[in-house]
Amino acid sequence: MQLTVNGHQYEVHGEVGTTLAEALREELSLTGTKIACGEGHCGACTVLVDDEPVLSCITLVHAVDGARVTTIEGLRDHPMIDAFVRSDALQCGFCTPGQIVSAVALVESEPAPTTEQIRHAMAGNLCRCGAYPKIEEAIRTWQG
Amino acid sequence: MARLIRTEKEVEGRYEEVWLVVEEDSLDQWPAGPREVVGRDAVRVDGRERATGQAVYTADLAKPGMLHTAVLRSPHPRARVASIDLAPALAMPGVHAAIGPGDIEQLTSDCSFQGEAVAAVCADTLAHARTALRAIVCDFDVLEPLLDPDEAVRQGSLLGAARERSRGDYERGLAEADVVVEAEFRTQVVLHNSMETHQAVVEWIADGVEVHISTQYIWGIRDAVAQGLALPPDKVRIVCHYMGGGFGSKNGPDDYTFIAAELAKRTNRPVKCALTRREENTAAGNRNATIQRLTVGARSDGTLTALGGEFVNAVGWDGWSSGTEGPMQMLYACPNVKTTTYGAKLNLPPMKAFRAPGFVEGTFGLEALLDELATKLDLDPLELRRRNHTDATPDGSEYSGKNLLECYRRAEPHWERRHEVRARSTKTVKRGVGMASQIWYGGGGPPSYAWIRVGSDGRATVVTAMQDIGTGTKTAMAQIAAEELGIPLEHVTVTLGDSDRGPYAAISAGSSTTPSMGPAVRAAAADARRQIEDIAEQRGLKGAPVHEVVDVLEDSQILGKGARGPNPTGMQVLTFGVQVAEVAVDIETGEVWVERIAAVHDVGRVINPLGASSQIEGGIIQGIGHTLSEERLHDPATGRLLTTTLDAYKLPTIADVPEIVSELIDEPDAHLTNLGSKGLGEPPIIPTAAAIANAIRDATGADVRRLPISREEMLRALHEAEARQKEKVGAPAGV
Repeated sequence: MQLTVNGHQYEVHGEVGTTLAEALREELSLTGTKIACGEGHCGACTVLVDDEPVLSCITLVHAVDGARVTTIEGLRDHPMIDAFVRSDALQCGFCTPGQIVSAVALVESEPAPTTEQIRHAMAGNLCRCGAYPKIEEAIRTWQG
Repeated sequence: MARLIRTEKEVEGRYEEVWLVVEEDSLDQWPAGPREVVGRDAVRVDGRERATGQAVYTADLAKPGMLHTAVLRSPHPRARVASIDLAPALAMPGVHAAIGPGDIEQLTSDCSFQGEAVAAVCADTLAHARTALRAIVCDFDVLEPLLDPDEAVRQGSLLGAARERSRGDYERGLAEADVVVEAEFRTQVVLHNSMETHQAVVEWIADGVEVHISTQYIWGIRDAVAQGLALPPDKVRIVCHYMGGGFGSKNGPDDYTFIAAELAKRTNRPVKCALTRREENTAAGNRNATIQRLTVGARSDGTLTALGGEFVNAVGWDGWSSGTEGPMQMLYACPNVKTTTYGAKLNLPPMKAFRAPGFVEGTFGLEALLDELATKLDLDPLELRRRNHTDATPDGSEYSGKNLLECYRRAEPHWERRHEVRARSTKTVKRGVGMASQIWYGGGGPPSYAWIRVGSDGRATVVTAMQDIGTGTKTAMAQIAAEELGIPLEHVTVTLGDSDRGPYAAISAGSSTTPSMGPAVRAAAADARRQIEDIAEQRGLKGAPVHEVVDVLEDSQILGKGARGPNPTGMQVLTFGVQVAEVAVDIETGEVWVERIAAVHDVGRVINPLGASSQIEGGIIQGIGHTLSEERLHDPATGRLLTTTLDAYKLPTIADVPEIVSELIDEPDAHLTNLGSKGLGEPPIIPTAAAIANAIRDATGADVRRLPISREEMLRALHEAEARQKEKVGAPAGV
């Protein structure tokens, strides 16, 4: 299979049943994408596939052959990273890469989202530490 | 001078007598208020690596040749393994080893709760390990489980003896009361659900073992692993640079560390053993359920004359019976208090500490009971609490510092909003405001140590083998060092997370990391500062910036060391606070929304107001989950767990978060160490449930007494209140 991940072309050889999250983490060593539940309930594994947010832990890598994938590693220079750090929008940080990918997907389509839009778009990304108020603030103020 | 003392050490309300070598704490506290660095907002020093995904958690570690593990856990609450055959698993592709009951202490054929480990397989990939696990042939004889806490108390199935605590004459206190209120409260089992599940990677290296583990207590794991593997502790290296949440559940090595150690030994490879989310929701600990049968007696002016309670902690198969009676014993001046606490031993998964264990549950019962009393007496709930405030501890010793009345004072503007909030009620959506007080530990204690090195560039590195579990303690330590040295925060690096690279550091539990570690870091920085001052004197640079003083040193370094001094003797070091909740209740559907929570807490000096506000918000949000949506359910007939996924177990989401306003008193505790800081991890979750329940009563007149306040519980309470009202209205006609 061919994947374009963060602008780079990769040949990926997953066994049948390998998820996109496993391929990213184990084959490509891109461990910024976290697996917290492994069954599509928490959002920690969120990546962009052809610019759409996708739960990579329940996406088979075979199903996205040829796709363009963006992970947190591809967003290191995105202003959303600074917004999260500045707003203290993370505590333990384990859900944070997934939060940021979801937030980037939101602001790419709606650069100045309302609180309602933020809450709607981010409700699938769980944060057990409860950094939610600051996550909302980071997304509201991401443009500086 | 080092001093050997015998002292009481407290973690989460549990005291033990220990020998300690402590060093004098010779530094004066800084004056109250924000300093150059301390007391001012600081973004997390490790925020960027966590946000970009560069931080390597235990879950991200991949050592060369590392094998993955799957664990067979009992699907039954109580069962005996009749027969087990590991051979078919060993024949599966990629499998390197399999272990079963008796191979290590942590694997058993006598299962006393669902999720108890029976066997384990390791393979080259996780998929292969999981496939092989299914090939194990294991037959269970299923036995009748004990599930009911009251039944366990009747049968004497207890963990430890019943705990009786009393002062004064409870019966006399009741007789003196003008009003007595009795109520039964129940709280549910809730799950920690840290985003990173419990896991470890274990590798045997030469004559020792290296353990990477997601933990709250590097040094406790080191001792427990050394003991479990019969190794000298210095042959055990524990590493945890980043960890994805713990909330009390990651204080020990548990079964998975020893499973990985045994498989690593047998295969001569590094082995990872990581719990799945479903295992996490089964076998990783929980906040146990409680039953609280409570009584309060008071005079008509609100003065408490008697408080009593029977508390049943549904502990599960193992753990401890936490201090659910603590708030009743400690919060008010009541002279006559009598409590009995049972720890029911059941065929349910063992509890573990969960953010203020016991006090979250006990505060819900006590503070809801107090508001039922306030309603009966037609007294303002805040005034009722003021009237029963105490300046001395109920056992007669002193508080090291207490600003609860000041918390009440600062909560007044939030409390005053109740008239306006109630006025926004509609025919079907009722609004109200409730409050609850908070008491908890959080003083930390010795031993804890830090080293510091300052280079000729004037930059400093703090070295200590502590952990930052996400609370921001690494940032707080950097702030303290920068403040004491008089250098910018950006010039301080903190290295932590490795027992081979730094001195002993405290557990991150019991709101103790900052109050334990902070004074040690300050002492180390002060040691370095004094040396820098000596050099400045000799160079004729007295008062010059650090980098100018040390700029000729080239490769020489200034090395400082510091230790946590003792806690004040004969004093109780406690934290206090109050929260005010605003709710809306749909009386037709029973749906409850929390619309606003204001929190005022007293935890001594605040190191980082930004990080502190995040801790408060996080605690309140977990508290809202505990109050309204979270519940681990089991089938009452079979005991099988029903909520093992994040789909079934309802954590709060961003859409559930109300407006949160927080304020800290920020007054250093004058008796507590060179910092005057207490911990903040736990206090904010403690009063949330009671404040919400009391707001619901204010809005609707209904007494909710069971967590979570599901729509079912809300409607039950509304119907009960309605029936009570009818009785009251109907009574005169019947007379």
